[in-house]
Amino acid sequence: MRRGYLVGAVCLAICTVMVMPLVVSVLASLKPTAEAAAAPPTYVPHGLSFESYERLWDYQAGLPTYLLNSLGTALLTIVVTLLLTVPAGYALARFPIPGKEVIFVVLLLALIVPYQALLTPMFLMFARIGLTNSLLGLAIVHAAIQLPFSLYILRNSFAAVPRELEEAANMDGASSWQSLVRVFLPSTVPAIVTVALFAFITSWNEFLGALVMMSRSDKFTLPLILAAARTETSLGGTDWGMLQAGITISIVPCIFVYLLLQRYYVSGLMSGAVK
Amino acid sequence: MYRSRRRRLVGLAYLAPALIFVLVFTGYPLGQMVWMSLHNWSLISPPRWVGLGNYKRALADHQFWVSFVFTLKYTVLITPILIVGGYLLALLTAANAPLRRFTRTVVFIPVVIGLGVSSLLWYWLFSPTSGVINRVLLDLGVISQPVLWLGVDDDVSNAAIIASVVWKVIGFGMILFVGAIQAIPSEVIEASLVDGAGRRQRVTRVILPLTRRTILLVTLVSVIGSLLAFDQFYIMTAGQPENQTATSVFYVYLNSFPYLKLGYGAALSLVLAVTILIFTVVQLLLTRRSEA
Repeated sequence: MRRGYLVGAVCLAICTVMVMPLVVSVLASLKPTAEAAAAPPTYVPHGLSFESYERLWDYQAGLPTYLLNSLGTALLTIVVTLLLTVPAGYALARFPIPGKEVIFVVLLLALIVPYQALLTPMFLMFARIGLTNSLLGLAIVHAAIQLPFSLYILRNSFAAVPRELEEAANMDGASSWQSLVRVFLPSTVPAIVTVALFAFITSWNEFLGALVMMSRSDKFTLPLILAAARTETSLGGTDWGMLQAGITISIVPCIFVYLLLQRYYVSGLMSGAVK
Repeated sequence: MYRSRRRRLVGLAYLAPALIFVLVFTGYPLGQMVWMSLHNWSLISPPRWVGLGNYKRALADHQFWVSFVFTLKYTVLITPILIVGGYLLALLTAANAPLRRFTRTVVFIPVVIGLGVSSLLWYWLFSPTSGVINRVLLDLGVISQPVLWLGVDDDVSNAAIIASVVWKVIGFGMILFVGAIQAIPSEVIEASLVDGAGRRQRVTRVILPLTRRTILLVTLVSVIGSLLAFDQFYIMTAGQPENQTATSVFYVYLNSFPYLKLGYGAALSLVLAVTILIFTVVQLLLTRRSEA
């Protein structure tokens, strides 16, 4: 019994430590301008205001631009990843392809070479074909990062669909495309959700690729503009309140999506680590 | 016969987009990187063949070694904390009681936010006069003057950044360890209870050995991630003081972009890629064996 209390206390202490930085940051984003700039800082805001969010809204090209850049890139990443890996996963799981093993290894190339090392040649190529400072260009980088994981998950998921279902569809004279749409996609929804979820989180959070590919500040994603704002001086120092507002806006979608799709998140992580 | 050949072609057609994508956006840059690493190239002047000159230059480059050693130091310090800490958290939260599950969910939250954003958050927490950490330490009387955590002393900066990254990623290992612990058949645990094993023995004799593979796996993932560290240093110290906290990826970035030494940057990238490759191959061999 006493041990139960001890475990409870330890759990609560750990939760407090983990949550505190986030809580402090969200609270700081709600401080009025003068209080947000105070040194030393106050723990709990003495007054609540959205002034920091208002400043962020109008910061440089404006928050809507940066939000749209981040969101647009993330959605394009999901689309590109799924368009490539759904058919490829289907083919690898269900079609007799010569040299399949070799092809699979080639497709997992990005797993072996860290993308951080490839960014310079990618940048040069993208500069030639006009894909720098482009949401699609950045989405291609992010899709390349996500491709091995996504393909692995989808191939396994397509392979697990019972053969009888496919045969029944073939009896009815369905083409391979029809059986993909009617039989395979409905039975692999969890895998597709997992792939889309990870593509979103990767793209929304990714920093170095965006730093390399985006040089025009109106093409910055949220993490980039916030990193730029950290050294920006207003009233003689970093605008901490505005920075906290930006941090809050960046993390809310991630936490929301995680709490909503926790099951997919954890299962994806497990299969991802056990490549 | 006709049908199976047709099916092969259809399969290839489904595969083609992904295959072309990987060849164009991963394979080609990889080849280009090797080619670049053998040239001197600064965008302003045309590339000039230098053979292995860039690699020789790296060996004699003081900053290359500073970055390499610093990255190793960061990796060697943070990995045990992540593994031991993550495992202890997993032992605490593996049982499916409500409070333990809740703790698991909470510890995992920072994993889903971006490393760049979490670094900005900690950049503020660690800031000398506006940061909450110095405020707390001053109020508790632990320190009498604000500590300059970031960008002044390389070891202090490293410690502060490690603290922030541990907060950010410790839940990753924990979740994988929880999965491994929960996968141990309950008969095995019960048998150890029948044999009169105490709590400690159950952990050291049963749970630890049976989750050995996951421990190794998480260690490799953590080591690879740490060797590729960039965001947290770029944002929290910008490499200061005097590039002493510029990691290997940071140094590649500096050479390729601000300095525009493209060939040299490519050679450094390749050295980095080969280092990582060794760890990745071990990781893949490990997971391969588990499937068999």
